[in-house]
Amino acid sequence: MGILVVLEARDGEIKLSSFEAVSEARRLADAGLGGGEVVALLCGPAAVAGVAAHSGAYGADRVYHAAHEAFGRYQPDGFAGAVVAAQQVTSALHVFFSATAMGKDLAPRVAARLQAGLASDCTALAVEGGKLVATRPVYAGKAIQRVAFTSGVALASLRPKLFALTEHRPGASAPVEALAGFNFEASAWRVMTTGTSAATSGPADLTEADIIVSGGRGLKGPENFHLIEELAAALGATVGASRAVVDAGWRPHGEQVGQTGKTVSPKLYVAIGISGAIQHLAGMSSSRTIVAINKDADAPIFKLANYGIVGDAFEVVPALTEAVKKLQ
Amino acid sequence: MNIAVLMKPVPSTDTRVKVGPDGKQLDPAGVSLVINPYDEFALEAALKLKEAGGGEVVLLTVGTSAWQPTIRNGLAMGADRAILLTADGPLDALQVARALAAEIAAGDFELVLCGKQAVDDDAAQVGPMVAELLERACVTVVTKLTIDGTGAAAAGAACIAQREIEGGLEDVSFALPAVVSCQKGLNEPRYPSLKGIMAAKKKAIDEKPAQVGAPSIEVLSLTLPPDRPVGRIVGEGVAAVPELVRLLREEAKVI
Repeated sequence: MGILVVLEARDGEIKLSSFEAVSEARRLADAGLGGGEVVALLCGPAAVAGVAAHSGAYGADRVYHAAHEAFGRYQPDGFAGAVVAAQQVTSALHVFFSATAMGKDLAPRVAARLQAGLASDCTALAVEGGKLVATRPVYAGKAIQRVAFTSGVALASLRPKLFALTEHRPGASAPVEALAGFNFEASAWRVMTTGTSAATSGPADLTEADIIVSGGRGLKGPENFHLIEELAAALGATVGASRAVVDAGWRPHGEQVGQTGKTVSPKLYVAIGISGAIQHLAGMSSSRTIVAINKDADAPIFKLANYGIVGDAFEVVPALTEAVKKLQ
Repeated sequence: MNIAVLMKPVPSTDTRVKVGPDGKQLDPAGVSLVINPYDEFALEAALKLKEAGGGEVVLLTVGTSAWQPTIRNGLAMGADRAILLTADGPLDALQVARALAAEIAAGDFELVLCGKQAVDDDAAQVGPMVAELLERACVTVVTKLTIDGTGAAAAGAACIAQREIEGGLEDVSFALPAVVSCQKGLNEPRYPSLKGIMAAKKKAIDEKPAQVGAPSIEVLSLTLPPDRPVGRIVGEGVAAVPELVRLLREEAKVI
């Protein structure tokens, strides 16, 4: 009857976004959602069972561990089977995921297996009349949708960094129990994840970055992006780009911010030489603080920016990089 | 072998969103529809596979007859024909997936390609739901796809794909039949040729009622996001840099 939260491990640690989801589940359980119990599930190799116990501090009452030697990597069919088994063992009516690459892949699989409604990439959750109501951006944030569930089981994936990480029970450790009763047979899996490789230029992925420095067509050519990279390095930021420069081949598509790229919500977003096409604004308007540097005082980006500098990026950006370096 | 491409017409990305009179859906007035940009990568991948190995490329859409012109743009890119599963009113992802899965099961498709998400509701659910309902292999957010070295999509063919994850890529292996959701970077979608546009006029769009089942999600409201506080211009040129740094450090407290 409780809330089941699917944890995600990376490099032997539970991701903070998972603990955000546990924190939110505890908050909702205390507000009357489900029977008050929060149960976490970790799919992973035997070695990571211990780190899952820490979810007790964020409000999990107990943890199931689905162990498999191949679970060091995300295995879609194996993980989906484990989540369904855990939902049945716990009779949870609510299942939460983080809206990470893994959660976005896993949640709809589970939803189809359980014939359950899924609210993807939620930015807020609430209990209304004892029922879950989810708030989620649509049109890349140009509008906000609120949805309720008419299925017996309700699934939600929670956008990372937006839900408060709360130690409801500081120092508490949740008991970890092996999840039994589902098919661990890898031969039944239709997809096998065989390897991973790193491929970004910055310290963090755009969707996880605290600070993003993005460049647009105002930089005039790919050879000038070193200005963006140097400022990003000084700030400890991740590099982003507008669609125009990605489509022009100046930057890899993985750096694109906007409606057909990444939707981001960093603490600080610095837009340089980006005029602010509506599809770009949609992807970054939920950033906490926005800085714009642009030659054109009438550029739409200035309407959204908390702080703007009207000026030539080729002069302003190196000066800003030097000023930031001096702070450290 | 035949490939189904799941395609959804969506408001073009330069659309200024207005809320409709029911307070739950987009006001469609003045909105121009385009093929969901991610679905174009799926269609391009399908056309390349067809060019290499033969077979038929069929567009599958769940929606209304009003979407026919956008579907025809997909036919102009080179799809052979289209099936439009019609339904009234808004549908949730599971309902759309049920309708598509029933049609795919009744057909002969070794490979189903779709976009990694539609840029209207941003749910990213339908592709993997279809795969689960059909009990087929599914790989999402794919930036590289290789089928059996021959390019032919045949039952049992071994496939490898790369999918985008935070800060990197995952390598995945699977066998057909499968559902693959496509991400930017997989290919460069073609523009319809004049010949393609002419040919598309004669291609069939087969309309039939969608089998959607019960809803599982109810939309309560659609609203515009709160306005951001009005920004301010700190100053002009290099002279404004020290003040910007001070504001970021002392007022916004972000550096």
